[in-house]
Amino acid sequence: MWYLCVFYHRLLDYRKPEVESLAELFGAFKDTDNTNPPKNSLEWKLPQHHHPDSPFHFVNLPSEEIARNVASRSILVKGIYELWGEGSSYEELELAIKCCPDEHKLPYLTPGSTFKIIVDCFGKVISSKEQNDRIQGLAYIPFKGQVNLRNPDHKFWLMETDDYGSNNGLPPIVQKRIFFGREIGAADRKLLPTYQLKSRTYLGPTAMDAEIAFLMANQAQASPGKLVYDPFVGTGSILISAAHFGAITMGADIDIRVVRDGRGPNCNVWSNFKQYGLPMPISLLRADNNLPPWRSGLKEMFDAIICDPPYGVRAGGRKSGGRKLLKGVVGPYTIPDDKRTDHIPSTAAYSLAECVHDLLDLAARMLVMGGRLVYFYPVLREEDSIDTNFPEHPCFKLVAACEQILSFRYSRVLLTMVKIAPYTEEIAEAAMIQHLEFKENHLKWLEDGNLHSGVFSPADLLNGTGDTKPSKESKPKYRGKYV
Amino acid sequence: MRLLTHNMLSSNIKGVANGFPLRIEVEKVVEKQVDFNADFLKNMFAKIEWKALVDASRSMGYSELPGDANPSMLDSDDFLQKFHHALLELHLEEGALVCPETGRKFPVNKGIPNMLLHEDEV
Repeated sequence: MWYLCVFYHRLLDYRKPEVESLAELFGAFKDTDNTNPPKNSLEWKLPQHHHPDSPFHFVNLPSEEIARNVASRSILVKGIYELWGEGSSYEELELAIKCCPDEHKLPYLTPGSTFKIIVDCFGKVISSKEQNDRIQGLAYIPFKGQVNLRNPDHKFWLMETDDYGSNNGLPPIVQKRIFFGREIGAADRKLLPTYQLKSRTYLGPTAMDAEIAFLMANQAQASPGKLVYDPFVGTGSILISAAHFGAITMGADIDIRVVRDGRGPNCNVWSNFKQYGLPMPISLLRADNNLPPWRSGLKEMFDAIICDPPYGVRAGGRKSGGRKLLKGVVGPYTIPDDKRTDHIPSTAAYSLAECVHDLLDLAARMLVMGGRLVYFYPVLREEDSIDTNFPEHPCFKLVAACEQILSFRYSRVLLTMVKIAPYTEEIAEAAMIQHLEFKENHLKWLEDGNLHSGVFSPADLLNGTGDTKPSKESKPKYRGKYV
Repeated sequence: MRLLTHNMLSSNIKGVANGFPLRIEVEKVVEKQVDFNADFLKNMFAKIEWKALVDASRSMGYSELPGDANPSMLDSDDFLQKFHHALLELHLEEGALVCPETGRKFPVNKGIPNMLLHEDEV
């Protein structure tokens, strides 16, 4: 059945992938044994005259229940509506609503029920009087119930879209389009002030923003009974969102101070979970993702791996091995026995390339079949296109890439990968060879895999010809992909 | 550190042939309540090394687990409760995990095992 899906107008790349992931989680693609080939994505349509970046879309979902589940769990769906009518004018709308079959409408207009009508114009604010006039204009619909503005059984929305000459940055809508529908479900945006970082007990410089953390948990389909792992757990900001959705969480970090000590007995990862009444992670450990402590033969443990690896821009990654040792500055050394117990191993810089290689290897081995790897990948913005080659791995299929522009120079892309093939001996061997190659060529990777200079170096180093800011004009004016 | 975690860890020091399971040196054990989830337990049963779990739980002072287990036992609620307790509710707060081959100790402090290798173990 086709529903009208209206998004919050932000984080544009994230909107549809979130709905697709949640639709799959709530069973939208089951019962497709009769269709050939099996469906694993939704059908979408744009309303007449609307641009793909518009918040208004039509989506085909198997049932109202699935639509409600998807909408209520989402973060970016302003509402999913059963459409009763649409038109380019209020007269056309009235005709359309009158044509809508009674079996659809009457069950929600009964005398015993309560309702509310909300008038919304995308891109313009209209006065209360105008809103009231429009509501009165709907008198031809036989509402028999009572009005309840606080907590009605049914919410009806009258939505108008038009070119108001406003500067929301979207290409102007050529012709007015009006929709009227019954709300099936909507995102619970109250989660955001509840979980906002501003009020969080224990923060770190790269703690994940609450809204994005929830989007990541939705991309990973975190749900009760699933085991979710974050190999760069830090303050636990990503695990919090997974725990909110009922998943069992586990995390590791190479920095023991962040994970074990925090900033005190009441200011650490555990206190973050306590703050929200969430079940604690079942395991936190200090481990190096480059040399993980797993027993051989351990595999397919996690349902999802969700993380934000260090890009080397604001927080550098570290790995074991001793930085001077790897650079060849000193020869191999042994820690004297009497100093061993409290020895803090020297860690070396960890390039993004090696970090991602290790992450993919970990995920390929430790995810269950069909499990999801969701992580951020930084890209330099050059000439408008992110024609980047995202990391690939034979065990994975990339199902979503959602860009979030961070600055003029770079963005990060949330990649969602699904494990589609088992981790074989050959794949393990290839990974080991690559691991040794990184180790041998430590210095080379430090330079080549370095994003930091790309982001922070002065402009004239980037544009060799000396044209200052040539591409600022060609970048889109509206903030669509910024937060 | 819970026994579920212990069951996943091994000493991967260079040159060690088999660093699993790590011997547990107990200094402080705490019991922490965790919500019971039968599906999660059944899922985990297939992935863990049973003998290592039994030995580990004994070293933590819990001897209720049967020495051998097979999937049919998952139907028994009594078995599931014991499994749940051993896997998730026994917590090594302070102590160490010891490599079976080299004797090297990986400390466990405030419940968090430190599995980082020294420069010469890499």
